[in-house]
Amino acid sequence: MIAFLARRALALVLTLLAATVAIFLLLEVAPGDPALTMMGMNADPEAVEALRRELGLDAPLVTRYATWVLDMAQGDFGTSYTYKTPVSELVAERLAVSAPLTVYALALSTLIAIPAGVFAASRRGRAGDYAVMGLTQAGIATPNFWFAMLLVILFSTVLQLFSAGGFPGWEAGFWAGIKALTLPAVALALPQASILARVMRSALLDAMGEDWMRTARAKGLSRGQAIRRHALRNALIPVLTIIGMQFSFLMAGAIIIENVFFLPGLGRLVFQGVIQQDLIVVKSVVVLLVFAVVLVTLAVDVAYALVDPRLRERRP
Amino acid sequence: MKRLLFGVAAAALLAGAAQAAKTDLTLGVALEPPNLDPTAGAAAAIDEVVYANVFEGLTRIDETGAAQPALARSWEISEDGLTYIFHLVEGATFHDGAAFDASDVKFSFDRAMAEDSQNAQKVLFEPIETIEVVDPATVKITLKRPTGAFLFNMGWGDAVIVDPASAATNATDPVGTGPFVFGDWAKGASITLEKNPDYWGEPAQLDRATFKFISDPTAALAALMAGDVDGFPGWPSPETVPQIEADPRFDVVMGSTEGETILGTNTAKAPFDQLKVRQAIAHALDRQAIVDGAMFGIGTPIHTHYPPHGPAFEDLSGLYPHDLDKARALLAEAGFPDGFDATLKLPPPAYARRGGEVVAAQLREIGIRLEIIPVEWAQWLEQVFKGKDFDLTIVSHTEPRDINIYARPDYYFGYGKPEFQALMEELNAATDAEAQNAILRKAGTMIAEDAVNGYLFQLGKIGVWRTKLKGMWANQPTQAIDLTAVRWVD
Repeated sequence: MIAFLARRALALVLTLLAATVAIFLLLEVAPGDPALTMMGMNADPEAVEALRRELGLDAPLVTRYATWVLDMAQGDFGTSYTYKTPVSELVAERLAVSAPLTVYALALSTLIAIPAGVFAASRRGRAGDYAVMGLTQAGIATPNFWFAMLLVILFSTVLQLFSAGGFPGWEAGFWAGIKALTLPAVALALPQASILARVMRSALLDAMGEDWMRTARAKGLSRGQAIRRHALRNALIPVLTIIGMQFSFLMAGAIIIENVFFLPGLGRLVFQGVIQQDLIVVKSVVVLLVFAVVLVTLAVDVAYALVDPRLRERRP
Repeated sequence: MKRLLFGVAAAALLAGAAQAAKTDLTLGVALEPPNLDPTAGAAAAIDEVVYANVFEGLTRIDETGAAQPALARSWEISEDGLTYIFHLVEGATFHDGAAFDASDVKFSFDRAMAEDSQNAQKVLFEPIETIEVVDPATVKITLKRPTGAFLFNMGWGDAVIVDPASAATNATDPVGTGPFVFGDWAKGASITLEKNPDYWGEPAQLDRATFKFISDPTAALAALMAGDVDGFPGWPSPETVPQIEADPRFDVVMGSTEGETILGTNTAKAPFDQLKVRQAIAHALDRQAIVDGAMFGIGTPIHTHYPPHGPAFEDLSGLYPHDLDKARALLAEAGFPDGFDATLKLPPPAYARRGGEVVAAQLREIGIRLEIIPVEWAQWLEQVFKGKDFDLTIVSHTEPRDINIYARPDYYFGYGKPEFQALMEELNAATDAEAQNAILRKAGTMIAEDAVNGYLFQLGKIGVWRTKLKGMWANQPTQAIDLTAVRWVD
């Protein structure tokens, strides 16, 4: 197990290094000069040059890469060119919106999807099944930003129950924060729940066809009891895998929804960084995201290895 | 009956009290400022929030675009236009309690002029020879040469007065002398300003003002309709204006900006180095059609690089009227009877992307076949502005009084004619407003005759806000959203 962990940790470090090189080079070849973008069209060339020196943009390529990676290794993610505040602070502020929104959306999606999937599987081929399958098909096909606009028109403009967007901050109170995140979470949860419900349904149907299910019925369990005690647990493995993937996706991928609801989330931070040529923010946040995804993958691998000893052995 | 009347009166009183009680304001703006220091950065969004509200300069640009007294309550200019004596307001303090006096003026300008200065408009201070503190309430500034626009230039956001103790941290925690104090900045969401109870001048009438950043036009409409914001000083989508006009809760106010939208032309590159080709383009443009087609009719056609609402405006529409036959004839004279191919690089704003399609269609009429290349801002700055690798482009020059860019031969459209440079020197030497306007008219006519760029339209400004909100500026002579006189009325 130790050897397994060591191999995994080494792979993690190498993946991260590869990611930093890729991100650095990509932003290097992208057009644009951060200093000129910040100073504008009428800027004095001397002032632009002074700013470029201060940002360290005049150093050679390799020096800049090494400084960046070494600083990060020491926990210093740099200072935003434009906001003039440490990137770590910016990320922490944005996580206070993105993380709860992700958890909220994922919770909604799971709470809707699992019962819906179980319901559909246990009524396979009947009206209930067709209804769930039809609705989830529509849910997958509906673009979430369009659904979000419909929610805004109904709940904000017409009924005036929710604000059309924005985030008051957690200091405005827990419920105020939750209220502000409700419409975005619903909009994010709809397609995710639709996918998850379908995965749940087919995993459960697979499990229900297994031999041990017949045994369970034979020893006297009712159909419902057999599903709850045996089939459901086995069917949850693919469902958990999907939930894990959805977590990573929602964390960084909510950018369109963040725009529709003008929420100060992580996705918009990266987007703004790209537009304003705040390259240090883009670089550092992307590396942090890569780190988070790699870490989640590692945790999943470890969890699988704990469950299944065969996965610990070195494969050729 | 008496009782009923009493009840009505009480209700009216209560309603009045409730209305008068509203002293906070929430405005939507499209862009978040990258930082809050107007002396270190060019982003218009910085000035939008802090200029005149938090920071003040010696002078201040009013709604008509004229320089008015601010931290300098009066001034004297010597006969030769070289010496300015500014008499400062007394009793003013910075928001951290530090007293404002002449040494702060010297500090601020020395800082902007320093070798390592990151002031984006360093050029504004270039004419300054010396700054002397005569006494705490008097500053004497000596110039290297007469600079006609000096008082106006001192009203730019880049020339605000800062305190030595807080100058380095203004980017995140701005400390100025203005009627509003910086409150809170929820990054990515909003900035809040609070009333300054110790303001030296006319106090603000709002207790609190919040700027919310809403970049998506659809989200902006939803936020306005849901009542999340009280208005947008710059409404992002002209296509939704009829819907808002029909809503009795809101006023729609059309104004003007300092943004001359031009068909930027690479005059250093063939065939655009030929006057006849540029004149042909000028004749081929139907400016009103561009305004109607690209801007939903919001904007004013222009014929030179000067705003139609400015004091030195001259009607030059007769110079190159829309005339396709003449345009074709000029093109043939220049050696292109069958026209030619060229590129049109368009930055992201709607005025450029939508305007570009109309311009391309109009130039096709005379045989100029344009390939449209959409570019991001970063690419535009890199390729067009810095690299001069372009034929034609569309961009709006939003700085006030920026006709002097035509004197710079290394500027992206590359004009810099000696006669024009001489005019600009003459302009600088003139301190009298009438004389300045006369020179500005000459300069405007010269570049119009030379058809340096295609002059398209003055960018309009659509203001949308609650009908009970008064004191908002209709026009945008600077980039500021000046809240100093904004108030709620019944």
